[in-house]
Amino acid sequence: MSVRTLEVDGKMITALEGQTIFSAAWDSGIHIPRLCHLGGLSDVGACRLCLVEIDGQKRLQPSCMTKVAEDMVVRTNTPALRAHRRLIVELLLAERNHVCSVCVLNGACELQDLAAQLGVDHVRLRPQYPTLDVDLSHDRFGLDHNRCILCTRCVRVCDEVEGAHTWDVAGRGKNSRVITDLGEPWGESASCTSCGKCVQVCPTGALFSKGKTVADMRKDRGFLRYIVTAREKKLWIA
Amino acid sequence: MPAKPKLATVWLGGCSGCHMSFLDLDERLIELASLADVCYSPIADVKHFPEGIDITLVEGAVANTDHLRDIRTVRARTKILVAFGDCAVTGNVTALRNLYHLDDVLHRAYNELSITGTIPSLEGIVPRLLPRVLRVQDVVSVDHFLPGCPPSAEAIFEFVAALLNGETPSREGRRFGA
Repeated sequence: MSVRTLEVDGKMITALEGQTIFSAAWDSGIHIPRLCHLGGLSDVGACRLCLVEIDGQKRLQPSCMTKVAEDMVVRTNTPALRAHRRLIVELLLAERNHVCSVCVLNGACELQDLAAQLGVDHVRLRPQYPTLDVDLSHDRFGLDHNRCILCTRCVRVCDEVEGAHTWDVAGRGKNSRVITDLGEPWGESASCTSCGKCVQVCPTGALFSKGKTVADMRKDRGFLRYIVTAREKKLWIA
Repeated sequence: MPAKPKLATVWLGGCSGCHMSFLDLDERLIELASLADVCYSPIADVKHFPEGIDITLVEGAVANTDHLRDIRTVRARTKILVAFGDCAVTGNVTALRNLYHLDDVLHRAYNELSITGTIPSLEGIVPRLLPRVLRVQDVVSVDHFLPGCPPSAEAIFEFVAALLNGETPSREGRRFGA
């Protein structure tokens, strides 16, 4: 496979042909923010946090969906990009009911961490306070739509890694919801294997293990590396 | 020697946890007292919010008619107003009732779950709840935000010390929740 050389934030880096800017940058120690990307799952470009500037292109591009090219010049952390990212996080926080202090994932949430990292110390937009359901019909897990950011990691891990495709997204715009099967309660899903992969990859407190209380839930994604390595290298190692 | 800056803290619709964290400054409270005059606070016996305050930390969201009146007075008499803690900044737990209609919330709390079975009301004594809990920034202009539930004593000290030194506090380490 041939190698491509490109410039990211003033640094020359090499990448494999076909690699995304996002992945090449991370391999070179340039950590572009993200919420929907998760190593081992396919990319969808849903969260827009990894947008970058590319010389010669007017529009910002999601780095997780854009392949590297020879002599490409990319900027990942300009004042304009930081301002966009702050606004994206504020939009996410305003859209649903993210009450960190009483959330199961308080202290270990990717959205909460990213807000702090980007300097989001308040939300300039008006909170929407939508009335949303919590599905506790499953024996072991819960789904709290109040915390969901529609990153679709649950949809992808269930389809691509577990092979069950229990999860999907229904509705449009502000009515979008992750659903199990055709919208049945999770506990009545015929396809769910109760493996819990969706819970572990969820970046927020939207999917959680039952019995966990405030700031009690921690997510373990170690399984994903095992499975991906096993598939790619035929070796059962992390 | 010039007069020390005047510092105040107020408590609106919150649990007082931010003030508890403020008290966790422990011996640094003495240092703070040497840097500023604490002119008004729920932990000081002062009846009326004074004029000419330099910095006010506001804990809590705006949940009732008293809060609405008080925050406007505080804003008019304060140079630098700080939304202090998650309830002031985001509404937080105080604003959880915004998911429901106020009448349903009162009915649940007082008719269904309390022994008296009546919703307390006494004009001029019991402030009326606002239809929706508001963030401080929804009512008055806010100069700085110090999120956290509660903000840690360290964060409070660094923040207030920076303001007292005439600096803009760093946003480092500010986070929602704990």
